Amino acid sequence: MKRILLLLSLLTIAGVSAAQEFSGNIALESLIFSEPGLDASQMDDNITLSFKPKWTGEWNDGDDAWSVEIFLRADNRDEGREHADIRELLWLHLDGDNEWRVGINTMFWGVTESQHLVDVINQVDQVEGIDGEDKLGQPMIHLKQYHDWGVLDFLVLPGFRERTFQAAQGRLRFPIVVDTSAPIYDSSDEDNHVDYAFRFSQTYGDLDLGVSLFKGTNRDPQFDLGPGIPHYVQMTQVALDLLLIADDWIWKLEIIHRDTDPSAYQALTGGFEYTFYGVYDSDINIGSLAEYSYDSRDEGQRGVFDRDLFVGARLAFNDAQSSELLAGIIYDTEKHSQSFRLEGNRRFGDSWKGTIEMQVFSNVDPSDPLAAFEKDDFLLLEIARFF
Amino acid sequence: MLNRNSMIAVILSLVLLPTLALAQSAEQKGLEIALAAKAFDQGFADFTANMRMTLKSRNGATSTRLIRIKTLEVEADGDRSLSIFDEPADVKGTAMLTFSHGLEPDDQWLYLPALKKVKRISSRNKSGPFMGSTFAFEDLGSQEVEKYTYKFLREEPCGDWQCYVIERKPAYQYSGYTSQTAWLDKKGYRVVKVEYFDRKKALLKTLTASNFQQYLGLYWRPGKMEMVNHLNGKSTTLEWTDYQFKTGLSDRDFRAQALKRLK
Repeated sequence: MKRILLLLSLLTIAGVSAAQEFSGNIALESLIFSEPGLDASQMDDNITLSFKPKWTGEWNDGDDAWSVEIFLRADNRDEGREHADIRELLWLHLDGDNEWRVGINTMFWGVTESQHLVDVINQVDQVEGIDGEDKLGQPMIHLKQYHDWGVLDFLVLPGFRERTFQAAQGRLRFPIVVDTSAPIYDSSDEDNHVDYAFRFSQTYGDLDLGVSLFKGTNRDPQFDLGPGIPHYVQMTQVALDLLLIADDWIWKLEIIHRDTDPSAYQALTGGFEYTFYGVYDSDINIGSLAEYSYDSRDEGQRGVFDRDLFVGARLAFNDAQSSELLAGIIYDTEKHSQSFRLEGNRRFGDSWKGTIEMQVFSNVDPSDPLAAFEKDDFLLLEIARFF
Repeated sequence: MLNRNSMIAVILSLVLLPTLALAQSAEQKGLEIALAAKAFDQGFADFTANMRMTLKSRNGATSTRLIRIKTLEVEADGDRSLSIFDEPADVKGTAMLTFSHGLEPDDQWLYLPALKKVKRISSRNKSGPFMGSTFAFEDLGSQEVEKYTYKFLREEPCGDWQCYVIERKPAYQYSGYTSQTAWLDKKGYRVVKVEYFDRKKALLKTLTASNFQQYLGLYWRPGKMEMVNHLNGKSTTLEWTDYQFKTGLSDRDFRAQALKRLK
C-alpha cells in the first residue's frame, strides 16, 4: 500500500505539472448488510473512501494526446477491496482514418444491460461490484481504422490482469476465500501471454452491428484445481452484438461462441427497452427493460445468467439534478432464485452526487452461483465530490 | 466577394419575395421566408462555439452547464452536431453526437465516460427537456426547412427592426408543440422571438434572442437566448461565446466511435 501511495503521489505531481485538464471524483461509501454473513469472519457494515483522478493533455493540434486515470480505494476492513489500479495510461495518436492507442486502457464492447458477454478485453474489478462494469486497466496496442464500410479494431494485449477478490472479512464473496497469491495458468507464458482481439462494427440506418474475435487468456477463472485457487485457461471467442432502434423500442442482442476448457459453449443475452416519454404530461421518461440470458453449458459449469430473465424499469426525471432511478429483478426461470436491485442517483449543487443502491437475494437455490451471496442483502449509500 | 449561397439569398430576398408577395397565399409566403432564411445561413461549412446554460427555478435557484458545440453543415441532409459537456463536473466528458435528417428520425449517440461506453440512443425524445432546462431537444436541433409547414401572419416592428411574423407547424413526429410563432427580422432573417404552443394549443414557452453578431460578414448568431416556461415559471438562459466559422471540421470529427477520444 505504501508503495502504491508513493507511486500515486509521484504521478500526481507529474500529472499536475504537465496536464492541461484535471478531473475526477472522491467518494465516501457506506455499506450496510441486513444480516451476518455465511462465514463468521465477514463484516456487517463498512465505510470506505475512493479516489479517481484523471489527467489529460494534447499536443500537435490534438493529433496526439495522453491521459492518465487512476482508481484507488481505501478499505480498513477488507484488504481484498483495498486496492489501486491504473485504468488509463495512454498515448493516443490520430493519423487520418487511423487511431492508435498505446499503453493501458479500459474499454467497453456490447449493448445489453444485465450481462456483458461480448465485453472481454478488460478483466473485471470484481471487488468494486458484481455487475462487471468496473474493470481493470489492460496493457494494449490498439489500432482503430475507419472505412466507409465499417470500423475495424485490431488489438494486441500483452500481459494479463488477474481478477480481484474480497478477503475473508469481505462480503459478496465466494464461501471459500480466493487465494490470489498463486493462480494457475494453462499457458506456460502464465500472465505474460499475449492476447489478440479484432472487431468490426458498422451502423446501417437504425441497426448497429458488431462482430468480434478474441484469442487469449479467459478472463473468467475456474476453481477446478483446488479450493480457492483461480485457474486461468485459454479461449477463443467469436461474438456478435446487435442493436436496433424502432421508434420507442430498442432491441438488443449479444451472442458468443466460446471455445475454452473444459468444453466449447454458446451463450446469449437478448431483449428490449421500451420507453414511455413524458408520462402524464410530466418531464419523466420511463424505460421498461426485459432481457433473457441463456448458457449452453452443463449444469454446474454455468455462470449466474444461465436461464435467467431480467426485468427492470428506468426512471429519468429530466430535472435540474439529473435524478434517475433503476429497479430490476433477475429471475432464474429454472431454479426460481431471485435478485432484486434498486439504484438511484441525483446531483446536489453543482459538484456533488448522491447514490443509493440496494440489493436483495431471495429464494436462492443452493445450486445457484448466487447462493454464495444469500446472506448479503445490502444497502449502499455514496456521496461523491466531482472536480 | 459574395459566395454562391448568399447570392441566392440576395436574389431571393430582392426579386422573389416582393414579386411573389403580390399573388401568393399566406402558406407560400411563409415558406418563401423560411427558404430565404435558410439560404441566408447556407455555406457556413462548420462552426464551433461555447455555450453557458443557466437554469433558473421558479424561486430563483440557479445551476449552470458548460457545453462546447461543434456543428458540421451537410449538403442535402440535416447538420451533424457534437455537444461536449464540461460542467457540471459529474457529467464532464459526456458527449452527444447527432446526425439530423429532416423529417426522418435523427441518429444519436451518447458517450458515457464513467462506463467508457458509446451508447446509441433513440432520438424519439424530441419534446423532453435538454439537461433539465426549459429547452426541449427539438428547440436546439438542426432547423431544416422541411421540418415545418409555414404560414405568413403579418409584418410588425420588433425592437429596432421590422419583422416577418410566421406560424410554423412541426411536420416531424413526436413534437411537443402544435405550432410556433416566429419573429424574423426582414434584413438578416434573424430569429428574434419564438412562441411555442403546446398540445392543448396554450402558450407554453417564449424564446427571445439578443446580442446578435455577424460572423465572416455573413452569418448572424445570437449571443444570448432566453427560454421562459409560462406554465412552471422556470427559465433558461444560453450565453454563446467564442463563435468560430469555417474551422476545417470534417466527417472525421463527427464519428460515434471517436466520441471516446474527446476529453
